[in-house]
Amino acid sequence: MSLTYDDVIAKYEPVLGLEVHVELNTQSKMFCGCSTIFGAEPNTQTCPVCLALPGALPTVNEKAIESTIKIGLALNCSIAPFSRFARKNYFYPDMPKNFQISQYDEPICVNGFVDVEIETDEGPKSFRIEVERVHMEEDTGKSLHVGGATGRIHGAEYSLLDYNRAGIPLVEIVTKIVPGTGKYAPEVARAYVAELRDILRSLGVSDVKMEQGSLRCDANVSLRLIGAQTLGTRSETKNVNSLRSVERAIRGEMIRHAERLNNGERVVQETRHFQEDTGLTRSGRSKEQAEDYRYFPEPDLVPVAPDAAWIEELRAALPERPSIHRKRLQELWSVPDKEMSAMINADVLDVVEATVALGADPAKARSWWLGEISRIANEKDVAIKDLDITASDVAEIVALVNAGELTDKLARQVVEGVIAGEGKPAAVIAARGIKVVNDDSALMAAIEQACAAQPETAQKVRDGHVPAAGALIGAIMKETKGQADAARVRELLLGHLGQA
Amino acid sequence: MIRNSASEMASKLASGEISSVALTQAHLDQISAVDADVHAFLHVDTEGALAQAAAVDAKRASGEKLSPLAGVPLALKDVMVQKGIPTTCGSKILEGWRPPYDSTVVVNLKKNGIVILGKTNMDEFAMGSSTENSAYGPTHNPWDLTRIPGGSGGGSAASLAAFQAPLAIGTDTGGSIRQPAAVTGTVGVKPTYGGVSRYGLVAFSSSLDQAGPCARTVLDAALLHEAIAGHDPKDSTSINAPVPAVVAAAKAGNVKGMKIGVVKELNGDGYQKGVRDRFEESLELLAAAGAEIVEVSAPNFEYALAAYYLIAPSECSSNLARFDAMRYGLRVGDNDGASAESVMNLTREVGFGREVKRRIILGTYALSSGYYDAYYGSAQKVRTLITQDFNKAFEKADVLVSPTCPTTAFKIGEKADDPLAMYLNDIATIPVNMAGIGGMSLPSGLAEEDGLPVGFQIMSPVMKDDRMYSVGAALEAALLSKWGAPLLSNIPALAGSK
Repeated sequence: MSLTYDDVIAKYEPVLGLEVHVELNTQSKMFCGCSTIFGAEPNTQTCPVCLALPGALPTVNEKAIESTIKIGLALNCSIAPFSRFARKNYFYPDMPKNFQISQYDEPICVNGFVDVEIETDEGPKSFRIEVERVHMEEDTGKSLHVGGATGRIHGAEYSLLDYNRAGIPLVEIVTKIVPGTGKYAPEVARAYVAELRDILRSLGVSDVKMEQGSLRCDANVSLRLIGAQTLGTRSETKNVNSLRSVERAIRGEMIRHAERLNNGERVVQETRHFQEDTGLTRSGRSKEQAEDYRYFPEPDLVPVAPDAAWIEELRAALPERPSIHRKRLQELWSVPDKEMSAMINADVLDVVEATVALGADPAKARSWWLGEISRIANEKDVAIKDLDITASDVAEIVALVNAGELTDKLARQVVEGVIAGEGKPAAVIAARGIKVVNDDSALMAAIEQACAAQPETAQKVRDGHVPAAGALIGAIMKETKGQADAARVRELLLGHLGQA
Repeated sequence: MIRNSASEMASKLASGEISSVALTQAHLDQISAVDADVHAFLHVDTEGALAQAAAVDAKRASGEKLSPLAGVPLALKDVMVQKGIPTTCGSKILEGWRPPYDSTVVVNLKKNGIVILGKTNMDEFAMGSSTENSAYGPTHNPWDLTRIPGGSGGGSAASLAAFQAPLAIGTDTGGSIRQPAAVTGTVGVKPTYGGVSRYGLVAFSSSLDQAGPCARTVLDAALLHEAIAGHDPKDSTSINAPVPAVVAAAKAGNVKGMKIGVVKELNGDGYQKGVRDRFEESLELLAAAGAEIVEVSAPNFEYALAAYYLIAPSECSSNLARFDAMRYGLRVGDNDGASAESVMNLTREVGFGREVKRRIILGTYALSSGYYDAYYGSAQKVRTLITQDFNKAFEKADVLVSPTCPTTAFKIGEKADDPLAMYLNDIATIPVNMAGIGGMSLPSGLAEEDGLPVGFQIMSPVMKDDRMYSVGAALEAALLSKWGAPLLSNIPALAGSK
């Protein structure tokens, strides 16, 4: 009875609309001087302004305006010569003023686009997502509902409020409606959010951590019969906290909408909450009756009128677009598509690039980050970037291997030591007493000892049965605690047994 | 001693003839003696004031250079936040709240060594023209205790007329400094919007609110103006430019060659005869002092009151949303199991008075989707037209003048049930706020029919506040020589008054 995705797309065309909220990484809040550092004790990062004490007034964080203009420019938007803040009025305990300072009909950036490329049945295909507006606003505080079964306000015994987040600068990026993606709608949406994330990261304006909420996506989905002109009723799915969830949420909503439409039911215009565990959405607030926010221009703030020369300065200083940058790196390093994707998916491209910039060979840098370091991250169940190892550590280790100071095996020990917090590579090497035994006389002693211990094996080798040398080499490596260069050992051993 | 002007007190302090502690104590004594009748104060900070006064005396004794008003006491309107001192805005909803910070005006007062005696009564959240809307009971006009002292800053104006303080701070959104000044025979100035920081002024209508000086003489007002004005980075709407030379203008009082424009629309029908007579007399005195009197027209002023009663309530409906019982102030109905929403509703129901609720409802309606363009949108257009009227008028005249309000002080209770009649009191003062320009009211005498004070209003272009001080000082001097003594010397003695 349940529809398959193929059933849905055979009959309906999805139309998307994506709203992405980005927390800017400014030092201070949008309208006051309070710190924005994540995770502080509740209500310690507050002041009369962000607590909305009587008489307090907001002042605009210039850095937030700069970041927003950069975002607009990177998304090919026009920057309004004159834009205004507006008050969005509604009551909620975690919103201190009971209005949010946002932008309404005069946003700072309008009419941009982002091109994304995805794999289709016919090979790579590019889709253009049009951006309607980019505007600034402030975040609300956080409510913690205690005592209820679900952590929701209904059924809670009491609620705690933390205003540390109140007033953190947010940028909202809103697309125009996105038709024409057909069955690729979920992938296009994912690629768009991924591209946005990369662009924002390249601009250095946000931490863009979806899991911490510094980048949040609301996905609007509606269906219409293929060929139909009018739009269907949309639902808006919130709490989509990973790229994978963007894709899952849209796919799930498409199926849910189609099932309702096929059954002759109507789609309710509402917000829905995405459930990570089931991949389904649950009904939230109805939007059937448009909420009246009574927007009006914020009288406490003067309009934003950025200087044209300043905008051009910011435009000139924009970094290379991440997609172009990636293509350039791929060519430069001659990396196959599959490995390039692996680096992007593992989120290590920039650190690999940094390692290469410090002199490491691209292939080596890649293999360290995607291999051993990635393995340890998986084992510890943390993000690679949260490990205590830097591009310069890896570059140093690669250089030591190239110089013959470390073997691959020893290098892995050094990596492990650095990640374990034992210090920089040199400190780990010193502390652990790691060194390559490249003193031939020491090796010869070990060789003679091994041959004496296994006279029959030694004789086999002397008789020309070279593969038997493996057992002797193993013993020698064991004796030298793995610090010998296995190739040199083999060379010396074979010479010793007359097989050079 | 308390009947002196602030500048006279300042010279006596400077010469060592009196100490700030003695001066402050004298005012505290007067408050004790007469405030049961006048009810100008909501809170008297006896200890704080004496400590501030002692500190100024100590600095003076050590030879430190002090600002002109150092050691002179002042009454602060209760809408202005002062650290640690109860601030209610005349509302139950803020009862018991002690702000953890100083408003910029208070910072400036303290910097200048001005001694803050306490907080004065006002219409709740500055909404009203009579101080009858205070949740803590009305203030009485010292000229006649059965009459209103104006509003919303009735407490500040009455404290000056009752010699409880020589200086006061008021705030003016539609006339709340100037109308009380007019009906109490004192001087009140609304500076150019953005001239004095709004940081720490509890907002009624952000785009109209402006703090300013209240005093008994034009020079005193100028001295206080200079002490509190100037750019403040904490207020985005604060003007980043030098403070106009108001003290120099008040000292010179020169109107020779100045063109004074009489606004045709702010006179005539609806203005009490005694008010019009005093106005005409003042014009003659100004002409005699060398000014040229011209007539100007401002056709769009007709719509000012209607537009004001859309803009101010709209902004107030949003500004007052923060009083929700969550973080400070009154909290009602917080019983087991009560939701935040019901606590918010009950608190606002109990905590706000009728006029405040009326304006919140008006403003909420005016901003609603579907009505916004017709109400708030049109009101903003009227605002632009009023500004254009002023701009044109200021091409013909250096300052504009009118009576401050249509009548003298009415009886307490007379208009309490008729909001429209109450709103009409501000018909001549509101255009100034709509355009963001400066306005002053000073006493022009007593109306013959009731013996009550009449106010003369002077309006000056944006950041040309010095002009109204020139004209005000010239008129004040001319009137003084006509009367032989300040107008306030005619005020009936209050019981217990010295």
